[in-house]
Amino acid sequence: MAKAPLLEVRNLRVEFPTRHGTLVAIDDLSLHIDPGEVLGVVGESGAGKSMTGAAIIGLLEPPGKIAGGEIVFDGQRIDNLPDADIRRIRGRHIGAIFQDPLTSLNPLHTVGRQITDTIVAHLPLTARQARTRALELLREVGIPAAAERIDHYPHQFSGGMRQRVVIALALCADPKLIIADEPTTALDVSIQAQIIVLLKRLCSQHGSAIMLITHDMGVISETADRVAVMYAGRIGEIGPVSDVIHSARLPYTIGLMGSIPSIGEEVERLVQIDGSMPRLNETPPGCRYHPRCPQAFDRCSVERPELIAVGSSRVACWLYDDSNQAQTPLPVRAAAKTNRDSPRINGTASAKPLIEAEGLKQYFDVSPPLLTRILERTGRRIVQAVDGLDISIVRGETFGLVGESGCGKSTVARTIVGLFDATAGTISYDGASLSTREERARNQSVQHKMQMIFQDPQASLNPRWRVSEIVAESIPRSRRAANGGVSARVGELLRQVGMSPLDGDKYPHEFSGGQRQRISIARALGGEPEFLVCDEPTSALDVSVQAQILNLMVDLQRSLGLTYLFISHDLAVVHHISTKVGVMYLGRIVEWSATHRLFTHPLHPYTRMLLDAVPDISKTGTQRTQVEGEVPSPIDPPSGCAFHPRCPFANDRCRTETPKSIMVEGTSIACHAVEEARLPSWKAA
Amino acid sequence: MSQSSQLAGSAAATGLVKRAWNSDLAYSFRRSKVTVAAGIVTLIYLLSALFAPWVAPHDPYDMASVSILDSFLPPAWIDGGDSRFLLGTDNAGRDVLSTIIHGSRISLGVGFASVLIAATLGVTLGLISGYVGGRLDAVIMRIAEVQLSFPDILIALLIDGVIRSILGPGAHGNIAFVVVISAISLAYWVQFARTVRATTMVEKSKDYVQAARVSGKGTAYIMFRHLLPNVMGPVLVIATISLALAIVTEATLSFLGVGVPPTQPSLGTLIRVGNDFLFSGEWWITIFPGIALAIMGLSVNLLGDWLRDALNPKLR
Amino acid sequence: MISYILARVLQSLVVMLCVAAISFSLFTYVGDPIANLVGIQSSDEKREELRESLGLNDPAPVQFVRFVGRAVQLEFGISYQQKRKVASIIAERLPATLELSILSALIALGIGIPAGIFTALNRESWFSHLILSGSLVGVSLPTFLIGILLIFIFSVQFQLLPSFGRGEVVQLGFWSTGLLTASGLKALIMPAITLALFQMTLIMRLVRSEMLEVLRADYIKFARARGLSNRTVHFGYALMNTLVPVITITGLQLGSIIAFAIITETVFQWPGVGLMFIQAINEVDIPVMSTYLLLIASFFVIINLVVDLLYYFVDPRLRVGRGVRA
Repeated sequence: MAKAPLLEVRNLRVEFPTRHGTLVAIDDLSLHIDPGEVLGVVGESGAGKSMTGAAIIGLLEPPGKIAGGEIVFDGQRIDNLPDADIRRIRGRHIGAIFQDPLTSLNPLHTVGRQITDTIVAHLPLTARQARTRALELLREVGIPAAAERIDHYPHQFSGGMRQRVVIALALCADPKLIIADEPTTALDVSIQAQIIVLLKRLCSQHGSAIMLITHDMGVISETADRVAVMYAGRIGEIGPVSDVIHSARLPYTIGLMGSIPSIGEEVERLVQIDGSMPRLNETPPGCRYHPRCPQAFDRCSVERPELIAVGSSRVACWLYDDSNQAQTPLPVRAAAKTNRDSPRINGTASAKPLIEAEGLKQYFDVSPPLLTRILERTGRRIVQAVDGLDISIVRGETFGLVGESGCGKSTVARTIVGLFDATAGTISYDGASLSTREERARNQSVQHKMQMIFQDPQASLNPRWRVSEIVAESIPRSRRAANGGVSARVGELLRQVGMSPLDGDKYPHEFSGGQRQRISIARALGGEPEFLVCDEPTSALDVSVQAQILNLMVDLQRSLGLTYLFISHDLAVVHHISTKVGVMYLGRIVEWSATHRLFTHPLHPYTRMLLDAVPDISKTGTQRTQVEGEVPSPIDPPSGCAFHPRCPFANDRCRTETPKSIMVEGTSIACHAVEEARLPSWKAA
Repeated sequence: MSQSSQLAGSAAATGLVKRAWNSDLAYSFRRSKVTVAAGIVTLIYLLSALFAPWVAPHDPYDMASVSILDSFLPPAWIDGGDSRFLLGTDNAGRDVLSTIIHGSRISLGVGFASVLIAATLGVTLGLISGYVGGRLDAVIMRIAEVQLSFPDILIALLIDGVIRSILGPGAHGNIAFVVVISAISLAYWVQFARTVRATTMVEKSKDYVQAARVSGKGTAYIMFRHLLPNVMGPVLVIATISLALAIVTEATLSFLGVGVPPTQPSLGTLIRVGNDFLFSGEWWITIFPGIALAIMGLSVNLLGDWLRDALNPKLR
Repeated sequence: MISYILARVLQSLVVMLCVAAISFSLFTYVGDPIANLVGIQSSDEKREELRESLGLNDPAPVQFVRFVGRAVQLEFGISYQQKRKVASIIAERLPATLELSILSALIALGIGIPAGIFTALNRESWFSHLILSGSLVGVSLPTFLIGILLIFIFSVQFQLLPSFGRGEVVQLGFWSTGLLTASGLKALIMPAITLALFQMTLIMRLVRSEMLEVLRADYIKFARARGLSNRTVHFGYALMNTLVPVITITGLQLGSIIAFAIITETVFQWPGVGLMFIQAINEVDIPVMSTYLLLIASFFVIINLVVDLLYYFVDPRLRVGRGVRA
């Protein structure tokens, strides 16, 4: 070995004593990080990746504790240090960044005070010198007007800016290692890109190594030098990033990579790993992945595999043991390419739209009380969540709606199914008008044809109800007697979504997130819908489970002839499932066209920006273009084209005149620059 | 019913008991010795309150059996004590232990009745306020806020005072119970309403409610079928804590002389009456009811504390 | 800033008007003011004459405005029982209650807040457990019982402290104080402790649970991850954030001390406004009752206002607008 590793974790074991016995959250984990290196740690939720990071800096949440192994940092063992000594290492030599920038900062102190506090705690500087350094740091992380902003409180910063402050705090004392735990998960795609670029640049300037913990393979693929894949408290595979992503060895990694949708390729179905990660109290013996592994053989269920060198990686899998002759690993992706620009169901691909909305507006009054308004001389505050949106969806197609948070995409979903009464505009379903509450009441039978699937599988099922009651809720009264009664129908619905009718007697908390989402889908199907509105149905799920749900949705669409409105912030997911895609920005669809066309020939500068920003495994190793600015508030949107403050092609007309949608080669686009043909052509990354 | 189905039935029942015994709630109960003790003490109070006429060694309000000759007897273990009267006798010759048992019955009865009414009122208003919102919500919550900025005891005292002044100074007998119970329940509904409203607001934004709305379910259905079961946890906690508070409030009102009628004394009344004899040396007449009240309040409070911690894992 | 204060003041005024309305309807509709002013023998004409002269036949809003107008000038009518001006009865008795309440508030805050912080920071120490168990006894025991027990121990058994009254008082202008004589101070000890105990335990438990909540916050974890000292984390970060919610409830608790004084004053026969109120209820002395209500309400409103202003200075989220969001 040329140089000693900066951090070495040997046989780490973390335990949680509970009333049901001791849970082993991390079992015999070893890894090392070299100086200046970026090690990505990936895994699905519950794999133990965050806990590994917390264990290294000695911040495990009680009752969790390190029960074995050692952690050596810079030649010094740090896992058994007394509290006062480890504190001198935290912040000074090992910095940390957490997920949520909104809650990471003390709301009562100015950011300047928080930075100087930290500097003074570690470096022999006077208050004045510390402030100068704090100012430098703020400038370095790209806070505009830092001299003024240093005296501002956290609530005066936006999410992205706060995460920059958090990075400045982590870098205060030039630590040799930064543990970044999901540093971009809470941020929008465009901000995410900025933060990743910034983090990587600063760390290479300061010579810091990074342990980047994330569930997002896209982020890892373009940031990390090496990757460790964790599963159920152990490392399954560790190696150079391109090896792990493009020629994974471990069946779990292979499955995981296959289950990630990518904007780089089009497949009909994603690779599916059945089941979900075992809970800590029911980890199987032998290899913990063997119950889900398509290639498991006898030895896997009895003997635990240890990491062995395979190529330039190290893999914990019996397939690669010298004694194994029986099995050979599968290739990564075995799916056929398909053209999905046409609907999945044949015969019904008529041009007549099933659902159509025109000039849809949804405003919310968030004004303070009248008295306050008078005293503070402020007017009403109106959130223009949806502001003149046109959409039409043809029977049998999947219309994907993407946009960053706050763009109004969820509001569109809720307005269309009638959870909100539209402020203005028309909605019609199969020719029947559903624009107002009265019309919806009159067209009850049509209204039943629309159902909705929600994002959070925790919150979308009533925890006090049995699954059978939940699923039965949407069965219309007129259908309750038919086909052997409600219970037979519930059983059939559960079977349709890949569950057992026996599951009907259980309560939601007895199921995993993916299973709950299946129950949610079964409930939606109970109304015998034609049209399903899916609001971020997979955002709260792990990738392998997301693949299961996306596959299920594709299967159901084919067998039941469903039409989907699929809402997501995730471009890759939308790219995978949709036949048509619309891009939303501040309450309007700025561009829509057939999926393939949109992703290969994006026109709108915002669409291009998103495509540039999105981390994707197909972009491993490529440099990203930095995107400037953040999404403005829908309370006071910019004049003219709402995107103009961030648009490199904006001119005076963009600043004053709202662009209208025009059709350009099958794409509907609202952009003056396209209209005036002053936009350069798109070169795909 | 055939034997086998009976067996199956009892097996299911055993299973249920086992599940309940192993539940987190039961576990947290068993783990804390103090809570178990509080539970047992509360149970003893409840049972002796329910069966007071059979449990009490004497009937203190039966004129025929009470003799003025037995008045001011000290507790049995003190010189001059009488073995018939374990905790001594009061100024009228009544057995103090028996008056305590009957008094606890009154205290608990008034407490339960007040909490029941307060909970019903508070939960209903809280559900409506939280789910329907709008102007109705604003009105209910303004009232709650104003009321909440004054201590419960003052509110109860005021309501009590007002009702009394309307009825005139001669309001005795059963009407006094109605006055006390309504005063206490009107003082305590706010806690229920505010908590239920807050929980309802959280729950109503959850997607299972939205899903029910998409399926065309009405307001009443969503409020009572979906939301009510989900707000019951916090309601239970508040009910227990409020029971302790209501018992103390009743005792305080009775101590101040505006509580239950003197013909049917609660623990508070006993303490008030006994207080007059504290200086002449007959301390047992007031101290024993006082201890009984303190232990009752403490036990119920301990149960409330346990429930709150057990149902709110965040606080552990 | 000014608009914030102005809004608060306006809100307070609205609350005061509501209480005044309740107080007014008590005064006007409960009981018969005339019956209490004239003898039983007086004729119906005479009563009617009196009604007219007192303006009791005017429409309710007119009477209400007059009521508020008088209240502002501290004119509250005449006590049915004592046949004296209510305002002067209160002026005479208020110093006793205020001295008692303020001392209790100081005890409650001075012990409650440090004890809360201590038990939150040292969760597992035996002393914390001791304090916590003690505090539960404190919330469970009714105030009057604590008073009686103290009297039993210190007055009856050991005969150390007086069991009733204020002791000797010194007249300083309109203010009669018991703080300047030994017997006055001695008389103050037990009532003040009795009154403080309940609030103290409440404040302690509140500070503790808020602080535990704050200690779990992400920014505390992040502060620890930056290697800040325990002192900075606990007192610079956690305590400040604890104070924000604590201020409101503590303010309300202090307000309720004045109301709880009713009970303490009854137990110790303390000649304050609380004792006066209980006597008024028993004697259905409506003018005294309604005036007491107004008095208590104005205390609460003032405390609330102070709390809101404190809030404003502690929490920058109120003080500084979101400003530029870049």
